[in-house]
Amino acid sequence: MSAIALEGVTVQLGGKPVVDAIDLEVAAGEWLALIGPNGAGKTTLLRAIARLVPFAGSIALDGRSTARMHRAELARLLAVVPQEPSTPPWMTVGEYVLLGRTPHLGPLAKEGRRDREAAARALARLDLLAYGERRLGTLSGGQKQRAVVAPALAQEARILLLDEPTASLDIGHQQQALDLLDELRGETGLTLVAAMHDLTLGAQYADRMVLLDRGCVAADGGPHDVLTEEAIARHYGASIRVVDVEGRIAVIPSRPAVLEQTR
Amino acid sequence: MDATAAPSSDVRARGLAPLWVCAAVAFLIVSLVVGVLTGPIDLGAGSVLESAAARLRVPGFTSSLTPTEEAILWEIRVPRVVLGALVGGMLALAGATYQGVFRNPLADPYLLGVAAGAGLGATIAIAYLPEGLRGQRALPVAAFVGGAVAVVLTYAVGRSARRERDAATLVLAGVTVAAFFTAWQTFVQQQNSETLQQVYTWILGNIPSTGWADVVLILPYVAVALVVILALRRVVDVLNLGDDEAASLGINVRRVRLALVVAATLGTAAAVAVSGLIGFVGIIVPHAIRLVSGVGYRALLPLSAIVGAGFLVLADVIARTALSPAEIPLGVVTAFLGAPFFALVLRATRGGAG
Repeated sequence: MSAIALEGVTVQLGGKPVVDAIDLEVAAGEWLALIGPNGAGKTTLLRAIARLVPFAGSIALDGRSTARMHRAELARLLAVVPQEPSTPPWMTVGEYVLLGRTPHLGPLAKEGRRDREAAARALARLDLLAYGERRLGTLSGGQKQRAVVAPALAQEARILLLDEPTASLDIGHQQQALDLLDELRGETGLTLVAAMHDLTLGAQYADRMVLLDRGCVAADGGPHDVLTEEAIARHYGASIRVVDVEGRIAVIPSRPAVLEQTR
Repeated sequence: MDATAAPSSDVRARGLAPLWVCAAVAFLIVSLVVGVLTGPIDLGAGSVLESAAARLRVPGFTSSLTPTEEAILWEIRVPRVVLGALVGGMLALAGATYQGVFRNPLADPYLLGVAAGAGLGATIAIAYLPEGLRGQRALPVAAFVGGAVAVVLTYAVGRSARRERDAATLVLAGVTVAAFFTAWQTFVQQQNSETLQQVYTWILGNIPSTGWADVVLILPYVAVALVVILALRRVVDVLNLGDDEAASLGINVRRVRLALVVAATLGTAAAVAVSGLIGFVGIIVPHAIRLVSGVGYRALLPLSAIVGAGFLVLADVIARTALSPAEIPLGVVTAFLGAPFFALVLRATRGGAG
């Protein structure tokens, strides 16, 4: 059974379909990269899977439709790391990660021992256990990058959705963040769906890439199948070269010759 | 990996640290005592204690106060102090709640039009109701109804907009409704210029010396608001992350926000109905606590209620004694005291808790 199964999922924003009748299945433990040009519907599709935006069609997690699930139940199955997570500077890392236990608590309850243990595991996994008392506003860039994943880890959901997890990071932190996610996937069988702009990084980490364009699936398969020069030219309007680096794909922008440009 | 680092493995949220609770409660108690002991007639701390002990039927105590002094103490001063505490606690609690729910540090309890609506209700009562009815009976009711109508209208306007960015829409709707009600209120006031003085006095705010009637009037609303908001105080921390993030953590954002806003607004409407528009408490008290202690909403909300209660009782003492026998409008005192104090706190914590 698929971890995530979408059937005819359509999201209308302002009267026009941003996600248009998408069928998609994601296997448990798979790392799926959603790629596509700006405005292709990547973020909206993630939001539909997390039921943050109304949609037509059906979305099932482990075979169960999300439509009638209680929000907390959904949040125990699926965690989200948004593109720009808000990190109130006054909040301690410990408080922040404990918020990830919210779906496991009643609306009026406070965290118990099991919640604190789950939060400690998440922090330990991210090398942040020693920083539990620190305020978010005092963390370094790299620490903060790990901290924003902490609530989602403490949530202990089997599915993790990430929107541009590396958008604002330098190349070193990009690799660290993605290595970390890959390790987590290996350790716990996490299913990852990540919207990604960086095609080369996407190709190096994801098992499977789904190329969206204008709300539809334009290509679906392994990086070698999806990232062709022809497909990227068509859907991104980009001029690139695809090269093979040690068995993995790298996408390199290639500036057209000046003569061609001015002609 | 950090396996070698000392596993200070217990991850905790700073709840209500005993230090802060004790400090807040001590501040409130001092304020209440000062409030009860201060007035044009000096009752004496010892006599007040005796009277209280006698009232509580502690064996061996009889009050040494004259019947008149007893009446001043128990029918005027104590109810006024209690009313001030309820109003101040409510305004500070509502302000902190709005700041969390709307993720807006400048949100105050009057954000959704409750003040403008209550102002209109009070002005209409003062202008059109016959002298006999107008007094202390009808005014709070009219103000409460006006405030409640304004907030319901704000919600209706806000909901008619699109669903996305729910909170921001609501705030804009509040601004719209407030502008409309204020215009209406100004019109009624201009048409009945003989009421100007009375309306103005009401708008500047004061804690009335009307015995227990007003306490009884607002107590249920304040109690409900307090219970609802404090029960949901952890959720306010979650909401503070943003709508999408709260929803992905399993919170029904619209429902929880509605519950919090209704509770805070009902309590504020009740407070405003008896005391008029006392500004600044709802912003300054939560911010001062936040700046000094750096706590999250789960601790900030109860602390705001306690400190707000004490703050307004003290402000009221100043309002009724500084120019005795005249009273300074309470809204003037809160701003006059609050602004410099707030500036000091800001200065002292520069670059700290921020």
